[in-house]
Amino acid sequence: MSESLNLNYIITNEDFTRAGEASGDVKSKLKMMGVPPEVIRKVSIAMYEGEINMVIHAGGGTIDVIITADDITMILKDHGPGIADIDLAMQAGYSTASENVRALGFGAGMGLPNMKKYSDEMTIDTELGIGTTVTMKVYFKPKS
Amino acid sequence: MSEFYTSVHLDESKCKGCINCIKRCPTEAIRVRNGKAVITTKYCIDCGECIRQCKNHAKLPTHDSMDEIKNFKYTVALPAPSLYAQVNNLDDIDIVLTALKDMGFDDVFEVSHAAEIVSAISRKYVPAHKEDWPIISTACPSVTRLIRVRFPNLIDHLLPIKPPMEIAAEMARKRAIEKTGLPSEDIGIFFLSPCPAKVTSVKSPLGYRKSDVDCVLSIKDIYPKLIASMKTVVEEDRVEELSETGNIGISWGSSGGEAGGLLTDSYLAADGIENVLKVLEDLEDQKFANTLSFIELNACHGGCVGGVLAVENPFLAKVKLKSLRKYIPIARTHDAPPDIHPDWDEPVHYEPVFTLGDSMIQSLVLMKKVDELTEKFPGLDCGSCGAPSCRALAEDIVRGNASEKDCIHIFKQYIHKLSDEFQNLQ
Ligand SMILES: Nc1ncnc2c1ncn2[C@@H]1O[C@H](COP(=O)(O)OP(=O)(O)OP(=O)(O)O)[C@@H](O)[C@H]1O
Ligand code: SF4
Ligand SMILES: [Mg+2]
Repeated sequence: MSESLNLNYIITNEDFTRAGEASGDVKSKLKMMGVPPEVIRKVSIAMYEGEINMVIHAGGGTIDVIITADDITMILKDHGPGIADIDLAMQAGYSTASENVRALGFGAGMGLPNMKKYSDEMTIDTELGIGTTVTMKVYFKPKS
Repeated sequence: MSEFYTSVHLDESKCKGCINCIKRCPTEAIRVRNGKAVITTKYCIDCGECIRQCKNHAKLPTHDSMDEIKNFKYTVALPAPSLYAQVNNLDDIDIVLTALKDMGFDDVFEVSHAAEIVSAISRKYVPAHKEDWPIISTACPSVTRLIRVRFPNLIDHLLPIKPPMEIAAEMARKRAIEKTGLPSEDIGIFFLSPCPAKVTSVKSPLGYRKSDVDCVLSIKDIYPKLIASMKTVVEEDRVEELSETGNIGISWGSSGGEAGGLLTDSYLAADGIENVLKVLEDLEDQKFANTLSFIELNACHGGCVGGVLAVENPFLAKVKLKSLRKYIPIARTHDAPPDIHPDWDEPVHYEPVFTLGDSMIQSLVLMKKVDELTEKFPGLDCGSCGAPSCRALAEDIVRGNASEKDCIHIFKQYIHKLSDEFQNLQ
């Protein structure tokens, strides 16, 4: 019963235009699984935001995705600068994004709040100078 | 009528089993099996791409023939605006319209006229439905079909208004009944189409129960006769005053025309099925600002002037439409007549045709198998197996429609193994 599909993605910051490909791949897999569209929407937004954050704030990393028949877990791990104040980073509108990144339409400070909003469970482990691991879980059926 | 209908069919005698069409199909709906191309109907969105690609002319659009006018007592031709762009040096739409009557139709009703009505309705609908922004146009049936099978989260954004062809059909029928007193079934409404997608939307509409169009003719088919008739009516100086269309209505024939009719700047217009797919993917990922109010999408490059049943090069056609629009009023219809039914009367539901299994757990197991199999194949996407990519073959196998040995590389290994074993035996 505990059948699961495990996917691993390496996210590099070499080619910015490729950011978002991992979440796109997960999206198409969930569609082929017949996961309800509302759930797919939650997963793809949450994972997309996390993936972009890894690229623009942490120089890339890895994403492990575990899909079971009941839920999806996404573990986004980077070796970037870490987040000094998680509560502050979680605030809507807070952003340290550079001008360059803002010019591309990012840096509204909405990524982390949306990840929280669209995932059912989210934890952030971070250490300055070591890196950040964000773990998100989304259930396919509403939990009773 | 099955829920999934397609207006593209194969002339088996011409199909050489090459892989041109399978490679270009945007929904990977085609496979070559036993040397012939086979379309899986439920994946097909009737974009016409395979008809365009097939060098052997084996892929054919299904449509009706001009002879069917004999089956009705009174007939009305509904020219698509893209038709006007097919003719050289046209400075007067009335020449085309009179020529159509000369060809045997009793009356004409311009789809561009109805398009101005759809524009007027949309100008009210879009600002009143900000919560559904961006609203996605539903005039191109291929796009609506694509959204139905691939983009469930975008269904709520669809503009729930019938396309100009339908409104034109309803109005034309009403006018014919008033004029002739004939019962509805004696009146034949003939749409002159740039594409097979419109044929499908007549046979199996999405968003509304029944089409008011009786027959769909191909622009390509009627073209030679039309040109000849145009010549005659000009020579005999018999051009009637028939056109009821302004600039906005005619603009619908090429990409950006429908959006332009909304008289707003906050729109996006994309054409060509591969561009449409990109826009829809990004839209689904919410990569657009919600200040965008409207998205116009056309499966064909350049819009309907690029339809596979059109004759003229789409870029030239666009120029022709532009010059034709020059000296006519912006619009000739400003409000919808009160007695028509432009609203959708049937909801569009998501059709998850691409799911692998019957349940999520089964699909998950199958997906793992697809991944394992894909690893096994060489990753050349050579198409020799009849599937567009190694991954597509893996999916076919898991769905029970193909076998591993369809991959010529796996098959070669298998033969080597057999011959080794044989030698060992000896
Ligand atoms: N993986 C990470 N490593 C280091 N810092 C991060 C990481 N993710 C987020 N941050 C910090 O948290 C801040 C807020 O992140 P959030 O995703 O909410 O906004 P943003 O990325 O700046 O803008 P937006 O996501 O709206 O484009 C970032 O500006 C950055 O300082
Ligand atoms: S863009 Fe126009 S011609 Fe092409 S498929 Fe859509 S409706 Fe038909
Ligand atoms: Mg962010």
